[in-house]
Amino acid sequence: MVVEHDASPKFQEFAHPERLVSTDWLQEHLGTPGLVVVESDEDVLLYETGHIAGAVKIDWHLDLNDPVQRDYVDGEAFAALMSRSGVTRDSTIVVYGDKNNWWAAYALWVFSLFGHEDVRLLDGGRAAWEAEGREYTTQAPSPEPTDYPVVERDDTVIRAYKDDVLAHLGRPLIDVRSPEEYSGQRTTAPAYPEEGALRAGHIPSAQNVPWGKAAADDGRFRGRAELDAIYRDGAGLADGDSVVAYCRIGERSSHTWFVLHHLMGFEDVRNYDGSWTEWGSAVRVPIVQGTEPGAVPAR
Amino acid sequence: MTAVADTAAGAGDLPASLAEIRDEFLALEVRDRLQLLLEFSNELPALPAEYEGHPDLLERVEECQSPVFIFVEVVDGVVAMHATAPREAPTTRGFASILAQGLTGLTAQQVLRDVPDDYPQTIGLVEAVSPLRVRGMTALLGRAKRQIAEKTAQAGTAGAPGASGA
Repeated sequence: MVVEHDASPKFQEFAHPERLVSTDWLQEHLGTPGLVVVESDEDVLLYETGHIAGAVKIDWHLDLNDPVQRDYVDGEAFAALMSRSGVTRDSTIVVYGDKNNWWAAYALWVFSLFGHEDVRLLDGGRAAWEAEGREYTTQAPSPEPTDYPVVERDDTVIRAYKDDVLAHLGRPLIDVRSPEEYSGQRTTAPAYPEEGALRAGHIPSAQNVPWGKAAADDGRFRGRAELDAIYRDGAGLADGDSVVAYCRIGERSSHTWFVLHHLMGFEDVRNYDGSWTEWGSAVRVPIVQGTEPGAVPAR
Repeated sequence: MTAVADTAAGAGDLPASLAEIRDEFLALEVRDRLQLLLEFSNELPALPAEYEGHPDLLERVEECQSPVFIFVEVVDGVVAMHATAPREAPTTRGFASILAQGLTGLTAQQVLRDVPDDYPQTIGLVEAVSPLRVRGMTALLGRAKRQIAEKTAQAGTAGAPGASGA
């Protein structure tokens, strides 16, 4: 059962307008059968301080990452997570979160690995909801467990591994980290913890487009014309390009993946979640330092 | 350390303030530990008025995911830790509040000798908030201890005799 789409004019200029909902739309549709609202934040306690009524919390560390192997949870763990969150295979999921929906986009990308059909983002996330003075509650819902099927994760379409990136060299790469990380001055985002990369710099030929450029000051996505100016004019992407985006651990780049694929309509976009913490520590992979993209080495 | 005699009972043991906090967390189910962390977060006191207008006195903890600033005082060998972090970073506020409550009132010597660097890993938060996030608290503690060591060195002697523990 698909909950009706948000027909806001702003979204219609995007390639997949059905992937976004506005704060007005969400407020009106809270409690609609078939709709599950998910909060996914960087700060693991933010949900507890207050969240949208009825929203369930899904945490990237605790729920989406495998606790042992550096990977996402498997089909069984995902099914169990969906079941306890009250999600059925045909639920409409709306995800929102802090920091311009950074982690919400990451959750949406992981849901997409499992082929969950109808998953959307709340444009502007927590910041937009709060700026409009909308209500939060501290009451956590207790959803009825569902019978979510065990679905194998499909890593072949929207996820790239290191070897895929090596094979991709020569085609567009977007490095969504800060300019300091891109040039090699540092290996972590300014003010972020060291997550371990032995070498600094970027993958040869990658264009640097920090992920946050896709969001306006109010936390909402920029319009189509502005996105075109950033990614087509600025980073040189063109129709038909196959693109790989990466950051440090794959979270910021899932935001850019959402923008390139769902908002701008690039068909073949993959997120390299190994990202710099893998590439920057891998043996004998090419690295370029400095502010220029650099050339792809001959193979 | 110096030859200054330490008369506090239980030298070498985790100070009672921090042991209590640890036991409180460990007594709870993993899910409920987040609620307790939120309580700590809400209890983080405002900065003393004299530091409000002095951002230069505060040290930013770069390892934390959200802007958090700390300032540690050592007066007559007794520690007072202050911290500030934004409302929208409740986890970081909670970490800072645990340390501010646990360290304030201890002697500098107690903190440097009896508070292990891995205290944050021992209070049951690794399972509740993830190992990566707890690293931010470890960094907070590390910086607090470094400030205390520096200030103690400046003052000449550590753990002034007669200074009371918590």
